[in-house]
Amino acid sequence: MSKPLKKISLTKLLHQNKNKWSFIKLRQFYQSLEKILKETCSYAELCTNNGHWLDYTGTEMNSSCFSCSSVKPDCVCELTFSFSQLFEGPVFFYYGLSNYYQNYRQYGVSKDANQLSGDTTYFLSPQDTCSPYQYDSSGKPIVPCGSIANSKFNDTFKLYLMVNGVKTLVPFDGKGIAWWTDYNVKYRNPATVNGSLAKAFDGTVKPPNWPKPAYELDPSDAANNGFVNQDFLVWMRRAALPNFRKLYGRITGGDYSQGLPAGNYTLQINYNYPVVNFKGTKKVIFSNVSWMGGKNEFLGLAYLVIGCLCVVMAIVMLIVYAKYKFSDDDDMQ
Amino acid sequence: MLRRRINLLFGGDEKRVDSRTIYVGHRPCPATEAFIPPKFCDNRIVSSKYTIWNFLPKNLFEQFRRIANFYFLIIFLVQVIVDTPTSPVTSGLPLFFVITVTAIKQGYEDWLRHKADYEVNKYPVIVLEDGRSIRKESEKIKVGDIVEVVEDETFPCDLILLQSTRDDDTCFVTTASLDGESNHKTHYTVPDTEKDLQSLNATIECEQPQPDLYKFVGRMHIYKTDQEPAVRSLGPENLLLKGATLKNTKKIYGVAVYTGMETKMALNYQGKSQKRSAVEKSINAFLLVYLCILISKAVVCTTLKYVWQSQDGQDEPWYNEKTQKEKDTYVYLKMFTDFLSFMVLFNFIIPVSMYVTVEMQKFLGSFFITWDKDFFDPEIQEGALVNTSDLNEELGQVEYVFTDKTGTLTQNNMEYIECCIDGFQYRNSDSMSELDGFCVTDGPVSKLQQKAGRDKEELFLRALCLCHTVQVKEAGPDEIDSDQVDGLVSELSQPDEQRGFIASSPDEVALVKGAMKHGFTFLGLENKSMKIRNRENNVELYDLLHVLNFDPVRRRMSVIVRSKSGETLLFCKGADSSIFPRVRQEEVDRIRMHVERNATEGYRTLCVAYKQLSPEEFAVADAGLRDARLALQDREEKLMAVYNQVETSMSLIGATAVEDRLQEEAAETMEALQGAGMKVWVLTGDKMETAKSTCYACRLFQRGTELLELTVRTLEDGGRKREERLHELLLDYHKKAVQDAPPVKAGVTRSWSTANQEYGFIVDGATLSLVMNPSPDTNSSRYKSLFLQICQNCTAVLCCRMAPLQKAQIVKMVKNSKGSPITLSIGDGANDVSMILEAHVGIGIKGKEGRQAVRNSDYAIPKLKHLKKLLLAHGHLYYVRIAHLVQYFFYKNLCFILPQFLYQFFCGYSQQPLYDAAYLTMYNICFTSMPILAFSLLEQHIAIEYLLDNATLYREIAKNAMLKWGPFLYWTVLGIFQGLLFFFGVKYLFSNPALQDNGQVFGNWSYGTIVFTVLVFTVTLKLALDTRHWTWINHFVIWGSLAFYVFFSFFWGGIIWPFLKQQRLYFVFANMLSSVSAWLVIILLILLSLLPDILLMVFRKPRGPHARQMKRRLPSSGTSTIFMLSQTTSTHSFSWSD
Repeated sequence: MSKPLKKISLTKLLHQNKNKWSFIKLRQFYQSLEKILKETCSYAELCTNNGHWLDYTGTEMNSSCFSCSSVKPDCVCELTFSFSQLFEGPVFFYYGLSNYYQNYRQYGVSKDANQLSGDTTYFLSPQDTCSPYQYDSSGKPIVPCGSIANSKFNDTFKLYLMVNGVKTLVPFDGKGIAWWTDYNVKYRNPATVNGSLAKAFDGTVKPPNWPKPAYELDPSDAANNGFVNQDFLVWMRRAALPNFRKLYGRITGGDYSQGLPAGNYTLQINYNYPVVNFKGTKKVIFSNVSWMGGKNEFLGLAYLVIGCLCVVMAIVMLIVYAKYKFSDDDDMQ
Repeated sequence: MLRRRINLLFGGDEKRVDSRTIYVGHRPCPATEAFIPPKFCDNRIVSSKYTIWNFLPKNLFEQFRRIANFYFLIIFLVQVIVDTPTSPVTSGLPLFFVITVTAIKQGYEDWLRHKADYEVNKYPVIVLEDGRSIRKESEKIKVGDIVEVVEDETFPCDLILLQSTRDDDTCFVTTASLDGESNHKTHYTVPDTEKDLQSLNATIECEQPQPDLYKFVGRMHIYKTDQEPAVRSLGPENLLLKGATLKNTKKIYGVAVYTGMETKMALNYQGKSQKRSAVEKSINAFLLVYLCILISKAVVCTTLKYVWQSQDGQDEPWYNEKTQKEKDTYVYLKMFTDFLSFMVLFNFIIPVSMYVTVEMQKFLGSFFITWDKDFFDPEIQEGALVNTSDLNEELGQVEYVFTDKTGTLTQNNMEYIECCIDGFQYRNSDSMSELDGFCVTDGPVSKLQQKAGRDKEELFLRALCLCHTVQVKEAGPDEIDSDQVDGLVSELSQPDEQRGFIASSPDEVALVKGAMKHGFTFLGLENKSMKIRNRENNVELYDLLHVLNFDPVRRRMSVIVRSKSGETLLFCKGADSSIFPRVRQEEVDRIRMHVERNATEGYRTLCVAYKQLSPEEFAVADAGLRDARLALQDREEKLMAVYNQVETSMSLIGATAVEDRLQEEAAETMEALQGAGMKVWVLTGDKMETAKSTCYACRLFQRGTELLELTVRTLEDGGRKREERLHELLLDYHKKAVQDAPPVKAGVTRSWSTANQEYGFIVDGATLSLVMNPSPDTNSSRYKSLFLQICQNCTAVLCCRMAPLQKAQIVKMVKNSKGSPITLSIGDGANDVSMILEAHVGIGIKGKEGRQAVRNSDYAIPKLKHLKKLLLAHGHLYYVRIAHLVQYFFYKNLCFILPQFLYQFFCGYSQQPLYDAAYLTMYNICFTSMPILAFSLLEQHIAIEYLLDNATLYREIAKNAMLKWGPFLYWTVLGIFQGLLFFFGVKYLFSNPALQDNGQVFGNWSYGTIVFTVLVFTVTLKLALDTRHWTWINHFVIWGSLAFYVFFSFFWGGIIWPFLKQQRLYFVFANMLSSVSAWLVIILLILLSLLPDILLMVFRKPRGPHARQMKRRLPSSGTSTIFMLSQTTSTHSFSWSD
């Protein structure tokens, strides 16, 4: 998938024209500034910024996922971290990608809404917007077609709590992570043929990047397959910005309904999704959600600043008002 | 060479080219060799522009000729052809909307024209054909048809009057619908035509159609079997114009000479030249700036896109592979289409709907002038009239006011004051019944006038009674003159008082009435003889032989009458300057003193002279006049020559003084205009002394004003050559008024204070022509610029003795001077039309001198005093409104499109739209258009009463102050600030896109919707902050459009729309509202973006109506004496240092 040849030539080109592209430098400067502002923690530990997060791209030599980052299918790596105290719940588990342009226009239109609403007439002839993921090399139509579906995030995660040296699985709840209207109204599976969803997909092929066809996305729950698979729907709702996070699952089950207790954790990652060749990063985020949504430091900060500003201004205006009032009084006399 | 060729080609037709021959009743004439029925157009009037068939293509073509529409068409076509981020609907729909609305408006207007045309064309008329009367539709009248018209009907085409049922072969006509003159005009039949129209065998030779309503020359050849063909001259008095109405006459017959589109009425309908307002120029300048912004945005994005793509791994990441087609496309072509795509994405920055809104604002706004009750004049039962709505805001920008004197500054309501006979003054006593109440108040020897004056008196009064073109209005058709002649002495005064006179000029009526006060009554014209009743109550009869009409060049008129005793007399009255050279000098000296004294008192003076014609002299004059009247070409010049020849070596008998009262509140109005920083120039045809006194009366000149005179008199003072003297004076005045003036930058504030010397400038027509068209050897351009500089530094300028064309010349000179100031001309008569048309804004007064000025004006008002409110209140408000409208439109589209531009930096420059297509389309059409329209119609940032009381407020908006680059920059910066705030505020919010309480994540459309919601609310609330004058309409529209936005968004996202390919916004808005964070950020951003405005409101000097009204209330409470004092000075002697 990566194109090392082209990559090298491009870097060379860039190198030669370094002085010319001074604004690229500017951008690099901006990026490094962003890094300083945001990523004040090293890779081994949990960072805290809009939730606790952990980078697992594996570009650093000391990262445990380093071996997986050069593309190898079905690579598994593990990260360990610890909470010194109870991380209050309900805890939500997100994965995050950076420098990933889901909002690219050509990418964004590369889907067939008719297919996704279960209209089988479009299964055999997907819309042209899906190109180059419209038909495979043998001319068979791809369902679901298009770049968005093809690039569905396919890393999987398992979280273990180390209790007395024994790994216990912390279950993720993957239900209700997509918008209710998406899996009930907007996206629809095709009508089953003889009770089998798979038959409805006859004559079509899976997107080339998918390990399994759409109707086998969730082997554990038959209702969570096809176009209403919630992981798929989460992916299909395009992110607004190139650095984004998407909901993977909730930690609500049994013992963990109060949150994640203090202790050491191991995150087992099925590393499939390549990001290094476009200079992207991957991370996982643990975040608790309040009545006003996910943790958002900007909002709090902004309100604090504006609040202070308002107080200052109120005082200033009071002074101004007093002054004007007096001058009015002068007029009166 | 060429000309000879043409002459050869058209040689035979030469005659036809400048005249036409009409066969009366289509009867061939014996004299002409062969009867060729000439081809003329039919009598159909077509004022409509379109037919059903050509409406669509023609209208579309005309609309797309407008540069803005064409631009949007191009954008639309680009969207159709190139793969662009937004569908063609987004720009196609608004364009379609705009085009449709305009087309419907124009179609409706054209339908009205069609309807009017149909009514006129199908009107039944009676045509005499072969001795029978045939009913025909009006459009079927052909040139040469004999048409019958009965009383109160309008003439279906231009007719030559052949026969009238009235005994004296006249008919009465009103031309109210043509030029608005409602008085009856007398028209005459062609003399000596046969009574039997069936046997009339005649041809009419007349000029080709021309638009001048008051000019017509023709000749009628009457053929009789046994006689030489008789020739009669035809003039305007024989021509009945289409559109005029027959009055007081039962029936007339006339022959059609001009039909259909060739009638004078149709020729006059050809539109006036379009006037464009200065605001439109500003709009175009801003548009250019925004076009530059647009293009630079597109260029920046395209460049950055390719720079970004050249980076490692960014061009084609594995998840976003390019299609084969994209890979194959040539890179420069790709760049070009990318550029076009960015253009399309950002094209909303140039608001398509602005033009519609501006047009609607102007159209609807003009109704406020029409509806204004203050402009309603109970006397004429009419209000103001708006002829063009394009110039509303120009009324708030006027820098120079050119006003006519007679009828504008003055009422043109003449009242006879006194006369002077042979050097003795006769002032009329107040008691009217005393018929010979001569009261001598002046004059060297009072005894003398009783003896020596008696004959002269009577001669003078006879002259007054005879030398005019006044008609006696007939109260009822059956009223017989003899009744009054035989009437008893006791009853005498009663009918006299009620007698109505109709005349083209009010002077004449005043003079006839003046003579009546002295005992000589004009009883009327009957069978070409004038009846007057003298002091002894005897009726004297005079045969009216000739009327030498008044014209503004000669400035006099004469009559030639023959008394019963057989004497042939010529009476002449006219302006002193035109009479004095034609009488004996010793007579002049006796009267000149009186004339000049009267003139300084502001009276209009006329001199009366007479001459006894010997039979030989008369014969010569008679022949000359008849010849000249028959001439087809250069008739005017020939007549003029004869007139000048006849009106010589007369003897002066006296002079009259007639007062022309000032218009109501003329002085207050002028003072207010000057207070508002306007320079008032009086342009009049009147003489200097009269005009000067009017200026003093109007307070244009004040006691302290130093007058700089540049007239023939001052030029001749030095006894040297005029031009030298002119040069010297100009330099002198220039030194005084311009160089020595305190170094106040003229034009910036023009706040001269009372301490400075004020200058008034007086120039007359003759000197002006020296200045404007000097002889070639002098440095001509220097004169003009010197003159202009002097004028610009004077508070008031008086130009007297001006010809109508000179008035226009002056206006043009000022209009084209440095800084191209906005000029306004106001006048009421036909002589003001040229300057009304020349000035930026032309205002007509619905006065007494007919309606020509009104017809050619942009606005017409009943009285001069209304000018104050029209300019200070309406003009000011219209300007503020439209300026705000324009700035606001650019602002709201800047902060609309800026986030979309910024988004490109975060979506890989892929032209991803931030907002949904529906929002892109509806933003300018639905969500934000109505509040600004309502604002721009109803806003009164300062109460009207306060604007009227404080003329100086007008200066604050002078020189297009609100559309200068400064305010434009403010609005642009505000737009940029808010755009940045919207985008980055939401961007930082989206650093964690999990905004819902169930941890779910928002995508890109939610992002756009939040930005858009903040945008719509901010932009609307910003307008609410700016609104000073809230009406229920404002409330309804502002809160209504916000509610509509919310409702629409719910609706749009609440349904799976079957016609949409992608349900991008499905439940996006509802989900957004369910997120508390989104609410918080929306409120925060709205507040923050409005903060600068709120701060500005607080810190700016309080200047709203409230602050001022509060101050205004103070004097009544009686607490502030100082304030009272300042208040009184400002109303009475107007302090400039406000």
